[in-house]
Amino acid sequence: MDKLINDFSFGLFFWQILLFVGLLLLLRKFAWKPILEAVNNREEGIKNALESAEAARKEMQNLQADNERILNEARAERDGMLKEARQLKENMIADAKTEAQTEADKIVAQAQATIEREKKAAIADLKSQVAGLSVEIAEKVVRKELADKDKQLALVESMLGDVTLN
Amino acid sequence: MQKISVVRIFMTLALILTSLNLVAKDTDKVEKEGAGDLKTEISEFIDHHLQDSHDFTLFSDKETGKHYGFPLPVILWDGGLKVFSSSKFHHGETVAEVDGNYYKLYHSKIYKTDAEGTINYDEDHHATNTKPLNFSITKNVVSMILIGLLMFFMFSRLAKSYKKNNGIPTGLGRFLEPLVIFVRDEIAIPNIGEKKYKKYMSFLLTTFFFIWLLNLLGMTPLGVNVTGNIAVTFGLALLTFLITNFTANKNYWGHIFWMPGVPTFMKIVLAPIELLGVFIKPFSLMIRLYANMTAGHVVLMSIIGMMFLFKSWIGSPLSFGLSFALSILELLVAALQAYIFTMLSALYFGSANEEAHH
Repeated sequence: MDKLINDFSFGLFFWQILLFVGLLLLLRKFAWKPILEAVNNREEGIKNALESAEAARKEMQNLQADNERILNEARAERDGMLKEARQLKENMIADAKTEAQTEADKIVAQAQATIEREKKAAIADLKSQVAGLSVEIAEKVVRKELADKDKQLALVESMLGDVTLN
Repeated sequence: MQKISVVRIFMTLALILTSLNLVAKDTDKVEKEGAGDLKTEISEFIDHHLQDSHDFTLFSDKETGKHYGFPLPVILWDGGLKVFSSSKFHHGETVAEVDGNYYKLYHSKIYKTDAEGTINYDEDHHATNTKPLNFSITKNVVSMILIGLLMFFMFSRLAKSYKKNNGIPTGLGRFLEPLVIFVRDEIAIPNIGEKKYKKYMSFLLTTFFFIWLLNLLGMTPLGVNVTGNIAVTFGLALLTFLITNFTANKNYWGHIFWMPGVPTFMKIVLAPIELLGVFIKPFSLMIRLYANMTAGHVVLMSIIGMMFLFKSWIGSPLSFGLSFALSILELLVAALQAYIFTMLSALYFGSANEEAHH
């Protein structure tokens, strides 16, 4: 301790304080403040950049999720529409089928009715023609038969014989 | 081919070593008596090295008594300002006469003497002559100025490189910037706290680099020992002490004079102990740096000195290897002591700014 005090040089202490404080003030103005400021600014910049990148990433994710959702919705809608159309088509076909069926039935029924009617008419016509023809033939035959008087009398005799007086 | 050349190198080395040894043996007899002198010379040399000096001597030739280096200005206050070159002392061999006053350099200190340069001693062999107030630009002051200029040059350039380069350092700045950030992130913020560290940054950064670079300068063969000087470490510790106590808040003083959370009797007992702690903390800073750097220099120089004492080809290379290893250790110590001084200063600033948390 005695040696320490003996070694202590006031002049050196004076210069040390003076130089150190001077250096401190100079460096504070010309070095430490601008350096720390620049470092701080840069760190803030990096922090901000990272944060905005993260935000952009989230935004992107949201967008992607939105897209996915919209796509899914559109797909579902399309599926629904297709299904509906198919249903409609089937219904239409079925309706047409039944309609055609009934129409056809109706036509067939009408045709049958007409055929029946025509048939009846034809039969009736045939009947009347056969009757006319028979009468004509009979007339011709009778005329021939009655050309001479004997035969006429014979016939009348036979006919009268047939007729039973009731 | 390679093998042969390796063998040849070994042979030549062995030859050189043995021949050196032979020479050493021859001179051994002559210098046997001188060995004691050599030891005292080495210890004197180490002593001299640890002291501040009024001239910048790079090396001296003992035989011709010639010193190689340059003198430094001497500034004395002795009833008026006296400025003269230290070459007037002729390394303590002559008396310097300035304006009718006589001064003599004795053990690196300037004493006022008569024309013959008589030094009077007390019973403890201490000089009793009056010492004029000495504001000389000594070797240590020159070293501090050099380091100050170097620091200013380096860091103002770093600051400028930010402006030029859009906030990105270039060249040497790439090495310096991480150190600045280290002081901020590892020393200031953890010890002082996020809110208040900013006002201490200038002091902490200046202290860290000032001590570190001066420690490193002490490792060069220039033979300066600034941080191992009690006046320098006292100055640094005094600044820490002043800053701590002038920026302290109510809570800090409360903890010293009226410790909260203990019985009244204990408060009275604790107050003087805590008050003592206020002075002991910076005092320990001063002693730690001084003792570490001085011890490092003494041990390293002693081992280097041993090389000259051994004069054998086992001992000398051994002490050379040892001094080499120790130099590397001292490089670590240089950074470590700067870190510890700055870290503890930050710790004291932090305690002065602590908020009450009861």
